[in-house]
Amino acid sequence: MRRGIAATALVAALGVTLAACGGSDSGSNGGSKGSGELSGTVTWWDTSTVGSEDKVFKKVAEDFTKAHPKVTVKYVNVPFGEAQNKFKNAAQSGSGAPDVIRSEVAWTPEFADLGYLAPLDGTPALKDQGDFLKQAAASTKYNGKTYAVPQVIDSMGIFYNKKIFKDAGVAVPKTIDELKSVSAKIKQKTGKTGLYLRGDDAYWFLSFLYGEGGDLVDAENKKITVDNPAGVKAFKVVKDLVDSGAAKTDATDGWNNMQTAFKEGKVAMMINGPWAVADTYTGKEFADKANLGIAPVPAGSGGQGAPQGGHNLAVYAGSKNLDASYAFAEYMTSAETQAKVSKELSLLPTRESVYIKPDVATNEMIAFFKPVVDKAVERPWIPETGSLFAPLVTEYTKVLTGQTTPETGAKTVGDGYRKLLKDWK
Amino acid sequence: MAVDTPSQSVVKTAGDSVARGRSRGTGSHRGASKRSLSTHWYAWAMVAPVTIVIAVIIGYPLVRGIYLSLTDANERNVARSIGVNQIPASYEFVGLDNYTDAITGGQFLGTLGWTVVWTVSCVSLTFALGLGLANILNRRIAGRSAYRLMLILPWAVPGFVSVFAWRFLYNQDNGLLNKVLAGGGIDAVPWLNDPTWAKLSVIATNVWLGVPFMMVALLGGLQSIPGELYEAAEMDGASAWQRFRHITMPGLRSVSTTVVLLSTIWTFNMFPVIFLLTRGGPGEATQILVTQAYKFSFEVSPRDFAQSSTWGVLILVLLMVFAAFYQRVLRKQGEVW
Repeated sequence: MRRGIAATALVAALGVTLAACGGSDSGSNGGSKGSGELSGTVTWWDTSTVGSEDKVFKKVAEDFTKAHPKVTVKYVNVPFGEAQNKFKNAAQSGSGAPDVIRSEVAWTPEFADLGYLAPLDGTPALKDQGDFLKQAAASTKYNGKTYAVPQVIDSMGIFYNKKIFKDAGVAVPKTIDELKSVSAKIKQKTGKTGLYLRGDDAYWFLSFLYGEGGDLVDAENKKITVDNPAGVKAFKVVKDLVDSGAAKTDATDGWNNMQTAFKEGKVAMMINGPWAVADTYTGKEFADKANLGIAPVPAGSGGQGAPQGGHNLAVYAGSKNLDASYAFAEYMTSAETQAKVSKELSLLPTRESVYIKPDVATNEMIAFFKPVVDKAVERPWIPETGSLFAPLVTEYTKVLTGQTTPETGAKTVGDGYRKLLKDWK
Repeated sequence: MAVDTPSQSVVKTAGDSVARGRSRGTGSHRGASKRSLSTHWYAWAMVAPVTIVIAVIIGYPLVRGIYLSLTDANERNVARSIGVNQIPASYEFVGLDNYTDAITGGQFLGTLGWTVVWTVSCVSLTFALGLGLANILNRRIAGRSAYRLMLILPWAVPGFVSVFAWRFLYNQDNGLLNKVLAGGGIDAVPWLNDPTWAKLSVIATNVWLGVPFMMVALLGGLQSIPGELYEAAEMDGASAWQRFRHITMPGLRSVSTTVVLLSTIWTFNMFPVIFLLTRGGPGEATQILVTQAYKFSFEVSPRDFAQSSTWGVLILVLLMVFAAFYQRVLRKQGEVW
């Protein structure tokens, strides 16, 4: 009798354990029916700025259901800084990944290379491909296939506070030398700092690197160029800006500190892109939108150059609802949607035909950024492009905080790249 | 000396039990284990589910981690199956290469150096502060329970919440600390932006988080010391310092060795404080071994699973060596005392 009870208890205990292990099989998301009407759920991970851009994108995304009433759109805003890793985690484990992701241009070839994205050639996701700007479409191609649809394109410029400039009686700096003298004058006249330079994100370093005639890598000749003399010079330039007091920086929380400082009029300038416009307008200094001035990034000794960036919409290869996802990607990048978004957020469309629409053509920010984007420096769209920032940002911060010299910093980045890109020089 | 007798007998019984425990451990035969299985099969069966679960959730990751550390696995060559794309694993066995790289390279040793500094300073500061506060709260002072409650608060708040709160306090431009300093006419301190300040800041935060645990544990230890000992010592004319040195310290020994060991292991692997406060920055100034291992596995791309697991295994080995060494030192001291 006692034995019988024990055996039963054992079986029961094991049974409970096994039941706890299994049984997480979630139901499928549905999908399109034979009739061709789309249904099911489309989860979209957006990475736009919270508090300003996200509201517009959420509304636009949910309007997709007007044309497809049986589809549910699930809008999720993932902070930009975390999205790349979150998507990789989810995509690799196969659970919790979205159907559609807003993928930064540099991430797209990487995700495609890892096999996380569905090829879009021949699907409804791509429409009027000839209408897309050439630079915008470039980052969506990998190994002869198209893996994403361009959503927005951007570059960088100097945002400046016109009022502070007027108080100090200075003009917008065109070169880095002018930037220093202008900052000194602003400090002397108004007590404010000239420039906020993000020290925790190496993307903000690129325009200085290009300005000295440098680049991260030379993909055509398979050469690593970040540690050549131009690269070292660029590190010296940014360090000098911070050391001389022309610019202030932070090693953490850069985005928030930059936006706060600029919006409250504590700094006169920042380097930023169209994605910051809507957020900047919410600041008390810019209640009068006309107070926000914009100009090209200052030129270094080798000319003037800003990085070309932007975002694409990509479809997860493991999506259970591919058809609706394709349609959603098409809808979000269509000329009508882009025009609506551009009008409200001053983001740059990726379709030629949108620029000539009346609301877009008269937008001051877009009118400024379009020519900047046209001559912006394009990065090589190789899978490793998304990997180039991790080694760079560590050394960039180290140089700015005086933990290492520009020479050693540049060399360490170069060595990191050589490990990453095996047979490059 | 009648008062001394109970304490002596306590020590003696403790010593006896240790000796008995050891002798029991050494005398195991094959027959004994067989007999134990046939007589205690019921107990074994009851333990089995737990053992299996632990093997699955601890054993499997451990073995897999050790295996990965002997390969060149990274994000690009592990097996993945994403919808229509089926990609087989293509990483290779590389033997101990990862370990040689880690130990001969400067990065591991540099990070280890700071990790040791961080652990030693955090543990010694928390212990000293915890001991001081416990002694204060052990006396009968007005509002004692209110103080106790307040001092336990850092422990009661979820760790990540307090770390975020500290991050706001430390903010160079908008943080409360610098605003207070500015009120006193002191220039803004780059709490998290300067490598040296950042190191001090993370230590301060971790000490703040760690003191309640030390305090509570030591307070418990203090309360188990019989009050008669202090009375007797006072009658014999022992000074406050002598009482502390010769009654409190030995009385707290068993508690403090345990909390120091625990606290060392926790601090050595204190991921949230470093990660949420500085992410290991500025540059890599505050990067400890676990946060760096995390960085290899989740932040760099392609994600370097092999190197990350190598660091993980090395952390495990270091902590095991420390624990064994610590235990040995204590046992030696125990024999002397």
